Amino acid sequence: MTTAHHDALIDTHHEHEHHDTGGDTVFGFWIYIMSDCLLFATLFATYAVLSSSFAGQITAKELFDLNFVLGETALLLFSSFTFGMAMLYANKKQMKGMIAWLCITFLLGLSFLGMELYEFYHFSHEGATPQTSAYWSAFYALVATHGLHVFAGLIWMLVLFAHFKRDGISEENLVRLSCLSLFWHFLDVIWICVFTVVYLMGVM
Amino acid sequence: MSNHDQTLDIQHSHGGAAHGSVKEYVTGLIFSIVLTALPFAALMFDLFSAPITLIVILLCAIAQIFVQLIFFLHMNSSSEQLWNTTSAVFIVLIVAILVVGSIWIIEHLNHNMLMGH
Repeated sequence: MTTAHHDALIDTHHEHEHHDTGGDTVFGFWIYIMSDCLLFATLFATYAVLSSSFAGQITAKELFDLNFVLGETALLLFSSFTFGMAMLYANKKQMKGMIAWLCITFLLGLSFLGMELYEFYHFSHEGATPQTSAYWSAFYALVATHGLHVFAGLIWMLVLFAHFKRDGISEENLVRLSCLSLFWHFLDVIWICVFTVVYLMGVM
Repeated sequence: MSNHDQTLDIQHSHGGAAHGSVKEYVTGLIFSIVLTALPFAALMFDLFSAPITLIVILLCAIAQIFVQLIFFLHMNSSSEQLWNTTSAVFIVLIVAILVVGSIWIIEHLNHNMLMGH
């Protein structure tokens, strides 16, 4: 009786530990994301402090186009939604649906990055480069750091495609996908702050 | 008793990575679209006076962040997410000190250096 109980305890304990490894990884990644928040907080603080330091050069109001920013926002917002759908299919172990939604997410993310690069090109062309004034240095530092994160997310997604092709929907791949999902939604949250603080408040 | 607790743990623990449902994601998407469209419309069509517009923009942004956290990241106050939520609250505090503190200090510095005004 005692032995059986003891065995059951060990068994439960073992299963518990096994199950929690993936959970620990996701939680660890969550802590990384929290520290990434600090990076963006410093960039936002810098931007806020320098938000009117144009040094007599071209201002933000003259360049920002809200329709363009609305397009970028829509792309990123929908990509967050499509990633959620991919996650649902992954949890149901349905490979085809997951890959389809993940491909849509990838294309939306890539389009966002394309629009942002075009915007940077357009701004530089109009005379607003990172060297122009303190404001534009802070602008490019903040917006491009977000863009770099999106770029990293896209590369990560490509690597995951290879993983899924090789191993299918395994426990490890699900943990990897969960981490990328956290990362992708986090980038969307940061973008909400960017379009609010930089673009909307910038044209007021 | 402890055995019972562990069994419960097995069923629920996912390191804070809950699964969600289609309904949850669609609700989140609709909320996000509304909360994005409102501030853009307020500025593009000059719906409100300047101070009210600023308040609308900031409130929409904060509301949308919560929508994303709840519907897309599935944050809640359940016990298995205790440490996710605790670390998030801690970071919000640090970020607030960092951002508000920087703006406050530099405003005073600019004032004392007779820059701007």
